[in-house]
Amino acid sequence: MRAGRTFATAYASLAYGFLYLPIVVLVVYSFNRDGVGGFPPQHWTLDWYRTLFADSAMWTAVGNSAIVAFSTVVLSMLIGFPAAYALDRYAFPGKGAFQRLVLLPLIVPGVITGISLLLLTVSSGFHLSLVTVILGHSTALTAVATTEIFAGLAKLDRSLEEASADLGASRLQTLVRIILPGLRTSLLGTALLIFTLSMDEIAVTFFLIGRENTLPLEIWSRLRRGATPEMNAIATLIFLFSVVTIFLSQWLMTRGQTGTSFVQEGITT
Amino acid sequence: MGRSRLSAWLVTLPPFAWIALFLFVPYCLLFCYSFWSLDANQQVLHHATFANYLHLATTPLYLTVILRSMRIAFSVVLLSLAIGYPLACFLVFQAGKYRQMLYQAVIIPLWISYLVRAYAWKVIFGNEGVMNTLLQWCHATSHPLGFLLYSPFAVIVTLTHIYAPFVVLPVVASLEKIPPELLESSSDLGANAWQTFARVILPLSLPGVLSGATFAFLLSFGDFLAPLLLGGPSSVMIANIVANLFGADYNWPLGAAVAVLILAMVLTILTLTQKLERRWRAA
Repeated sequence: MRAGRTFATAYASLAYGFLYLPIVVLVVYSFNRDGVGGFPPQHWTLDWYRTLFADSAMWTAVGNSAIVAFSTVVLSMLIGFPAAYALDRYAFPGKGAFQRLVLLPLIVPGVITGISLLLLTVSSGFHLSLVTVILGHSTALTAVATTEIFAGLAKLDRSLEEASADLGASRLQTLVRIILPGLRTSLLGTALLIFTLSMDEIAVTFFLIGRENTLPLEIWSRLRRGATPEMNAIATLIFLFSVVTIFLSQWLMTRGQTGTSFVQEGITT
Repeated sequence: MGRSRLSAWLVTLPPFAWIALFLFVPYCLLFCYSFWSLDANQQVLHHATFANYLHLATTPLYLTVILRSMRIAFSVVLLSLAIGYPLACFLVFQAGKYRQMLYQAVIIPLWISYLVRAYAWKVIFGNEGVMNTLLQWCHATSHPLGFLLYSPFAVIVTLTHIYAPFVVLPVVASLEKIPPELLESSSDLGANAWQTFARVILPLSLPGVLSGATFAFLLSFGDFLAPLLLGGPSSVMIANIVANLFGADYNWPLGAAVAVLILAMVLTILTLTQKLERRWRAA
């Protein structure tokens, strides 16, 4: 039994090694003077970060991504909240079909969502721009918003709402005074998750991008030309940004709401 | 009652309209396009024809690529399970007081950019990359191993890295639902650790395995970024074909037909696994 324990621990360590090896490599090599290759790294430098900070195209892309991510958070929460609320509280004809359709982008490859929205854009005579990217992200990530908020709603204490109604509050008053405050942490965590996912999105963006690049697309177009050490530096910064967001959301969601329920619920519903 | 019905309508309508306009209509358009064709001037002809589907059925290339995509996706699922299942068991049964922290450590990579992670493997597997220089440094090989990058191998490793956490989470969830008394009574009745695993833990964790595996399979199957970044011509997947037809090759109707095919396969697999899961739950 003891040997089994040691073995399990060793195996788990290997699995964590696999999960974290690439990240460690990126961070270490972003400080390597000799660039993207070579083992072991021998000379350390901050040059790649200097190159990166002087790279204006990259920072324009960061700005575009921030605009897209922010708009996506607002839109997908605005659609996701009523969708989750309706799924949780109301019975209506076509509910099953509605639920399946909302959650479909979770499981359908991004390439399908991307090209079908491309067809819509072109058929209706619009041009590709950051607006179409925002539409694509919001459509894809509404699925995440809906499942996350749905999970949050299911955990709310219903007796508070009943008490509120008994005391003569209207539905709207109950929503504003009871439900929204109760969901606060869940909503903030969901917003952060969607922001991060939107900042990273490539598959849908790929087909909907106009002339202005988002950060992942800018990095993507450069990677096609070959790996440069500057990419290690930006990847390290993106990683740091993700870590800060995770801890922020964990801190917000300390009340037991997990950040990844969308994975399980997307599949089982 | 009238007011409540009205508010139900008010709440349901905006998301319903959004979904209809930006999800349902685009899918219908995709379906329509797949029956259209291009004329000699590369203009879309709006006459229904089965030509695209006939072309797909009669050109062996498409079947080859679909089978390859399934093989790659299946390898990703197997590798993810090989890494993820024992890890999930470890988290639930042995991690003890560090469990919460170690569980978070599985989730953290999920938040990290897909691109960053795929790129990291490129740095690791490249000819001048970390793996090859490391192997040469310790004299395991005299010249760089070219097969590491630009091969299905690199694509499989990268996709496994991305989707393995998605397998761990539902397996952990289903293992957590096993009542501890069940494990105790199994060992009280004389089962050894292996028998308890095979007869109690494994069967009860299958729903989690199934949902994680489905997720990893479908998303790897439809991936086109990892093959573009890390795979060579030998690892072109079906979604790459769609991306090319909508890009350089410019044949949207044919691209739409391939996309409809992918969508149909995704929905079929999803329906099958849901049926299976329901049966397991009932049993």
